[in-house]
Amino acid sequence: MADILDLSVLEAHEAKIAGDLSPREHVDAWFEAAGNDELNAYLWRNDRGAEAAAIEPKEDWNAPIAVKDIFTTEGVPTTAASRILEGYRPPYSSTAVQKLLEAGLPILGKTNMDEFAMGSSNENSAYGPVLNPWDRTRVPGGSSGGSAAAVAGGLAPWAIGTDTGGSIRQPAAFCGIVGLKPTYGSISRYGMIAFASSLDQCGPLTRTVSDAAMLLAMLQGRDPLDSTSVGIEGGVSLPDRENLAGLRFGVPAELARDAVDAGVREVFERTLEKIEALGGEVVEVSLPNAEHGISAYYVIAPAEASSNLARYDGVRYGMRAGGDGDLIEMYETTRSEGFGAEVKRRIMLGTYALSSGYYEAYYGQAQKVRTRIAEDFSGAFSAVDFVVTPTAPSVAFKLGEKTDDPLAMYLNDFFTVPMSLAGIPAISIPAGLAEPEGGGPQLPVGFQIAAPAFAEQKLLDAAFALEQGIGFDARPTAGGGADA
Amino acid sequence: MIERDQVLHVAKLARLRLSEEEVERMVGELSGILEHVDRIGNLDLEGDEPTSHVVALENVLRADEPWQSLPRDVALASAPEPSEGAFRVPSPQAE
Repeated sequence: MADILDLSVLEAHEAKIAGDLSPREHVDAWFEAAGNDELNAYLWRNDRGAEAAAIEPKEDWNAPIAVKDIFTTEGVPTTAASRILEGYRPPYSSTAVQKLLEAGLPILGKTNMDEFAMGSSNENSAYGPVLNPWDRTRVPGGSSGGSAAAVAGGLAPWAIGTDTGGSIRQPAAFCGIVGLKPTYGSISRYGMIAFASSLDQCGPLTRTVSDAAMLLAMLQGRDPLDSTSVGIEGGVSLPDRENLAGLRFGVPAELARDAVDAGVREVFERTLEKIEALGGEVVEVSLPNAEHGISAYYVIAPAEASSNLARYDGVRYGMRAGGDGDLIEMYETTRSEGFGAEVKRRIMLGTYALSSGYYEAYYGQAQKVRTRIAEDFSGAFSAVDFVVTPTAPSVAFKLGEKTDDPLAMYLNDFFTVPMSLAGIPAISIPAGLAEPEGGGPQLPVGFQIAAPAFAEQKLLDAAFALEQGIGFDARPTAGGGADA
Repeated sequence: MIERDQVLHVAKLARLRLSEEEVERMVGELSGILEHVDRIGNLDLEGDEPTSHVVALENVLRADEPWQSLPRDVALASAPEPSEGAFRVPSPQAE
């Protein structure tokens, strides 16, 4: 049998059923692997001792999992990679974590991320950046960069993350794995530390499309503790589609014109040919308002964040600083010392957009653009089954390359933000390798497929057929770089 | 685009105290971002409905039944300064 760590979760599951692998052996191998974290992927690792007693599943027969540090987890540190929550040990677990434990998944640890999920490179963590396992001089993407790097780097068989404007799909693309953002409302947000509540959604980061389906099946569902959760009607089952016959894939004319690196474009074009070879039809669609996605998103998300992050005031949990002066001084000192630069920037942007005299011009207008973008997708889906784009305009960029230019960092979300604003599901699957602009070892390229709301099963089925057709099997080597 | 005075005003609203260097940087960065965002300011969206929530849901109510809540000592356990069953804070009045 192949090395345990080379198996997808589904393959390991099948090996367990066949009696070739013991569940204990599988769990132990992954806990040992997680201990060799040279990527700064984990902020807290589970030693399965007294500290982690509150999150021990009753039965631990299932594949262990890495959890983004944005999910409250009873009794163990949960910081959202922020100083302001340093030392915080929540008194309860999020519904997502609760569901994993009920399904018998031990938690390997809590993964690093951009502070409060604000970022596209993981460089905004208060605890240092995560390194991309393919090239340690490059970012893993963000904000779920720790989860993506852990899965790609052999530190976890699968992971959960959150996606507000691309935070699952873009790191999955940069790390050469599968990342699924489900329809808004598929999975409960209870206990998921809030960034932008009308956009935030939990989802899986996995090696394969089948593993993503298994994890989604476990996590999805209506939760009385989240009034916006509805679940996926009929549930989710393992994908088994063999071809794409009868399916139409739309390429947005407007998005295709925009700046995409040559290597990414080449892999994208090759994937469109693969779709046709599998019997699918590729046509052009029009999303005339999608180009305004970034503008609308960077009003709506910071506006909601400025409101959500008002709760960090040094009173009920987390750090407090400046307790010697009056109350306002304590609030200001705590927040100024506790938040990092990007979080402050977004709180400022959001507070400005919501302030008296600017509300209609920014927030009101952005909400109307959001309607237009959702209508664009509805229109497209009357003619096609899926909309496809590259997941990101480039492969993983260098650490430090965009940290001085927030707008350039934001524009990296160009292809993922429109689906978030429309609330629809989208998956990124690895489609090939490309050389970065400026040269260097080849890096993974993600292919994004978006579907109508709650059409997850159809999306997973098509992604599975395409995944089999592409046959992506490159893996990062131990020191970084591809081993194709 | 956005002036220094506005940055200071917004920081006050957001309960952030910015260093002189942060104020300078914020003026430049926020102006750059707002310049991009302003592209949607010129769109004619008269008559378009705003979207605040993408999934059609109305009046989601739970049954009016008692539900578990956190015991007081557990709720206070993470507080920087719990005191006599409450959260202690500095006086709102400067001395």
